[in-house]
Amino acid sequence: MADTLYLAFLLLILASAAIVAFSQHIVRSAFALLLTFFGVAGAYVFLFADFLAGTQLLIYVGGILVLILFAVMLTNRISDIRLSSESRGKGRAAFVSLLAFSGIVVSELCIPWPHKPLPDQPTTAGLGEALLSDYLLPFEAISILLLVVMVGAAVIARRDWRRPDA
Amino acid sequence: MILALHPTLIVSAALFSLGLYTVLSRRNAVAVLMGVELILNSANLQFAAFSRFTTGKLDGQVFALFVIVLAAAEAAVALAIILAIHHNARSIQVDDADRLRDDV
Repeated sequence: MADTLYLAFLLLILASAAIVAFSQHIVRSAFALLLTFFGVAGAYVFLFADFLAGTQLLIYVGGILVLILFAVMLTNRISDIRLSSESRGKGRAAFVSLLAFSGIVVSELCIPWPHKPLPDQPTTAGLGEALLSDYLLPFEAISILLLVVMVGAAVIARRDWRRPDA
Repeated sequence: MILALHPTLIVSAALFSLGLYTVLSRRNAVAVLMGVELILNSANLQFAAFSRFTTGKLDGQVFALFVIVLAAAEAAVALAIILAIHHNARSIQVDDADRLRDDV
């Protein structure tokens, strides 16, 4: 049962990512990206990463995808019906991607990975302890980074950037 | 047995190469941003899979959390840059944004 559901989530990831990559319509790509994020969140549940699945839904689906849709709507004219996003250099891009895919798969399948499964229990307490003990410095650094990003994004996106008279 | 390490790794590699294809072939800057998000998701999937099947510890999930936060920051800055390019060049095709100078 778990196997079947996990397979369904993996197929959802692959199919929607293919739509993101190959669709010629930017809004269709954005909504397919929504399905990809949902599929990855579902896969996290089966990988015993419950907190990660919730974070994925909150931040990716609730934040990043809304940002991307805003970017689509703000930069393409709404009256423009096609909203196209054409591709170029498809042959070379496909060649490099297939090369990367085969390289990753061959090298990862050749390595004899150790088998030590994660215990089947909630991860939130363990993650909180890790963030406030072993990973305290990156945790604080990333909070400073978020502040810098917030200010920086507001400054960069100002319309009268460096042209106060305009 | 689908719920195992190797199927997850293969799907994650496929997700990575689809994202790489998107980044390499798209001209629309927002679509390039979507490709970057696909690549970051494939890396997160690998982190979670290795944490679940090979290490037995939570460090992979902590890394994935940091990647999610960085992806949010990157999306915000990228949207700001795309809007700035759109104001200046009236276009968000990546190969129209090839000037570093201010004047036209």
